[in-house]
Amino acid sequence: MEQFAALVRSKDKQPIRYLVVDDSVFARKNVTKMVESFGGQVAGEAGDGCTAITEYERTKPDIVLMDITMPQMEGIEAAERIIRHDPSARVVMVSSVGYQENIVAALQKGAKHFVQKPVKPEVLYEVIKYVMGDDAVAVGAVTSGGNQ
Amino acid sequence: MRMELIQPFINAADAVLAETLLEGRVVLDTDVPTATAIASALIGSPVEENDPSVKEAIFELANLVIGNAVTSLNDQGFRFKINPPEPHTEDKGLEGTEDTEALVMSFDTPSGSVFMNIAMRYNRRRRQEREAVVSG
Repeated sequence: MEQFAALVRSKDKQPIRYLVVDDSVFARKNVTKMVESFGGQVAGEAGDGCTAITEYERTKPDIVLMDITMPQMEGIEAAERIIRHDPSARVVMVSSVGYQENIVAALQKGAKHFVQKPVKPEVLYEVIKYVMGDDAVAVGAVTSGGNQ
Repeated sequence: MRMELIQPFINAADAVLAETLLEGRVVLDTDVPTATAIASALIGSPVEENDPSVKEAIFELANLVIGNAVTSLNDQGFRFKINPPEPHTEDKGLEGTEDTEALVMSFDTPSGSVFMNIAMRYNRRRRQEREAVVSG
């Protein structure tokens, strides 16, 4: 996998904490591998929108990576509920369904960005940098054991 | 009479009188060794045939194919809602019906053959039925 400069939180230089939401175990593993290669840490995982809401409350992540098509509660509704409860939540939608209406609906509900699957690590990295803004800083290459 | 003079009337009548709803299903059909080889390629390391990650990888492959196709169809004006994938492990394929158009395509990949079975059904509702649904 490509090497990325580790992204850490500006305030305490700790790894960015992620909540990964996808009904596909494979997709969660894939995204987890990517964010770890960015120096991040997966604080929690969820396979549907309802669990995503409770996991958000429990883990208070810096970023939520949220799929759209899921059982029980879809990602856009879950994102809306999370943001309604915590307007500072950073939710990035990650879905293979990338048509305009879906993207607009997600952004109107307060999502910060949209990444279409298959996810390219370099695209996700840039989106995370953009969404974190001044709250994240790149500190160096990631090693297999953690940040350098 | 020239067809181009008639077509706008047909289109207008169709828009007013009937609503065309599309329903469909897509089956990615493959044998176990091929599914295992595809999963190994997607994961980036070899997996065993009975490893649960084989099913997970094929599910995600289906999600990617269908999601990207629906994105493209939506740009052409067709609206679809996607349901999460389900596994089918029977040797016998899903049966079609008279009102379902189905198409099977074969993709030869380095991991083996993958058959994509696409079926679409047109549900046409008359105006009164449509209004009943809206008002109900």
